[in-house]
Amino acid sequence: MSETATQRTVDMGNGTAGKPLGGGAAGGNAGAAVGEPVLTVRDLKVHFRVPRGAYPWSSKATLRAVDGVSFEVRRGETVGLVGESGCGKSTLARAIIGLTPVTAGSVRWRDTETVSDGRRPASAMERLRKDVQMVFQDPLASLDPRMTIEQIVTEPLKVQRPGLGRDETRARVVTMLERVGLGAHHLSRYAHEFSGGQCQRIGIARALVGEPQLVICDEPVSALDVSIQAQIVNLLRDLQRELQLSLLFVAHDLAVVKAISQRVLVMYLGRVMELGTRHEVYGSPQHPYTRALLSAVPRPDPATERTRTHAVLTGEMPSPLNLPSGCAFRTRCPEAIGACAEEVPQSISRGTGDRRVACIRVGA
Amino acid sequence: MALLEVKDLGVRFTRRDASPVDAVQRVSFTLEKGKTLGIVGESGSGKSQTVMALLGLLPGNGLASGEALYAGRNLLTLSQRELNQIRGDRIGMVFQDPMTSLNPFLTVERQMTEALQLHRGVSRREARQKAIEALQRVWIPDAARRIDRYPHEFSGGMRQRVTIATALLTEPEILIADEPTTALDVTVQAQIIELLRELNRDLGTAIILITHDMGVVAGLADDVMVMYAGRTVERAGAQALFENPTHPYTRGLLDALPRIDDSDGTHDIDAPLRTIAGNPPAPGEAIEGCAFAPRCALAKERCHSTRPELEAIAGEKDGWRACLRPVGEMMEVVR
Repeated sequence: MSETATQRTVDMGNGTAGKPLGGGAAGGNAGAAVGEPVLTVRDLKVHFRVPRGAYPWSSKATLRAVDGVSFEVRRGETVGLVGESGCGKSTLARAIIGLTPVTAGSVRWRDTETVSDGRRPASAMERLRKDVQMVFQDPLASLDPRMTIEQIVTEPLKVQRPGLGRDETRARVVTMLERVGLGAHHLSRYAHEFSGGQCQRIGIARALVGEPQLVICDEPVSALDVSIQAQIVNLLRDLQRELQLSLLFVAHDLAVVKAISQRVLVMYLGRVMELGTRHEVYGSPQHPYTRALLSAVPRPDPATERTRTHAVLTGEMPSPLNLPSGCAFRTRCPEAIGACAEEVPQSISRGTGDRRVACIRVGA
Repeated sequence: MALLEVKDLGVRFTRRDASPVDAVQRVSFTLEKGKTLGIVGESGSGKSQTVMALLGLLPGNGLASGEALYAGRNLLTLSQRELNQIRGDRIGMVFQDPMTSLNPFLTVERQMTEALQLHRGVSRREARQKAIEALQRVWIPDAARRIDRYPHEFSGGMRQRVTIATALLTEPEILIADEPTTALDVTVQAQIIELLRELNRDLGTAIILITHDMGVVAGLADDVMVMYAGRTVERAGAQALFENPTHPYTRGLLDALPRIDDSDGTHDIDAPLRTIAGNPPAPGEAIEGCAFAPRCALAKERCHSTRPELEAIAGEKDGWRACLRPVGEMMEVVR
């Protein structure tokens, strides 16, 4: 692909230029501008009609799982999508890849509108399946127990690259397995013979074997133990750089997202609260929700953990069936004022690049 | 004074057509009055089975050995009847999933008053009053009305607060909390941690906290015990353990954690995460030497054949480690 060369120079060159935030950005990967946008999501909405009562025939209410989300993923970059359970991050990921119907908005994959005005043309989906793949949370549940590892990893190739011969297919599968740390001797085994970390490696091999350009990872390490989690995060980081992949990394663990992402999107109740580079979001969070979220993460260091002030949020996330008026976060926000209840705050650009914060109290 | 003294605790599970599995081996610790002990380890390390054995809650094929002295009695040899007088009264319990530890068919009021009526013989009316107070103490708003609701009418964080309030009704000396925040979101987890800290401080309840989250341990525990493959690999004061881990596994675990803050400069966030290679041993796998040796960067031949015992660290007041390599050598090589 012709962009590869330019892409590299941009990546290594002005990565952190003009971005003083966060300090000590040693790696060139840390900054913003990576490549041109490949995935563009505009005002995406996913609403579900759910029964109000306990019975299927009860009157229906609208659950706003994703409520007007816009962002883009650039070539060769990792975008982290964080938020607490129920914030709509998984629904958003599934809507992008076509596993959930959308209500409104558009999704553009390179030069193809895969969703326009809430509709999904069938021809666009074919394109999407070839280029975009997914890694799921539960490594064992996402592998068919009756298929061998060879069958599991070969299956996407059969669909995406039907022209390949048998030998070529097998060679690609073996190469991919070796790349994720497994080997040819694993080909005839079944998923239950592997540990959780190894199953996740198989899931990654299955996603990458067809050479996709974007991989959506939905909580890929949250079911794994710490020592295994680090192995998988590193594997994804390495593969992403090596193959110039774009990665949409969905997770609730803020530390894991920080370890892998160049840009981070913070969601709350279906809306984007803050978007910026990793250094911006973690180094100088602006939205009160981002600040509360970061403060709530316990630090693995008794000295810090016992002396720092914990800004503990009161209450819990309201039901997405009954969103508060105005800002979704205002019911728990320590800085909320009367005006916060009046209208949904627009996601406004703050500072450099495409940093966005949806809060009327910021920079006002 | 030691409140609970556990010596050489072992848990063995028999299997119908395979050799037995030793899930916990030779675990010893003491819990002091009003202190918090954190037990950390990855899944399958035996941390939960350790407390299940103490509470007499092992499944039918599990057998506990050793000694667990509480108020002069060995918990492991008590009958179910004797245990019932202690469990839920002197020793309270909070489990990971509040939805499965609450009875969905009973109102919160009934579940809470039951323990008081049973252990204290108070009237239902008096028990109800105490239960409402307990709910208020764990910050449940509108407790007097909410108490008549069913568990499903509460959110996850609220339910966990209900189970904590229930466990504290009888003012236990020991609260055993098995992954109390694992099922919760991080902002709600922060609330529960704050609550446990407050209860420990104000009521003097000693806590055994089981978790895989080093951050949660750092915020709550006075002492920490690290388990790997059913054994204790290191035990020390929290401060010492986090600052100067003396076992390669503990050090590896701390190094593998992705960090939110990198202000101290020791964790370069652009560098790849440090990892522990390989996988933990499968349960029932025969291990001759140190269980961690196959994954350990410092392992020598002897580590694969000789099993290290937990020994006091010279010069450390409360430090114990099970490793054949000298402490000094580890400091040099790993970081």
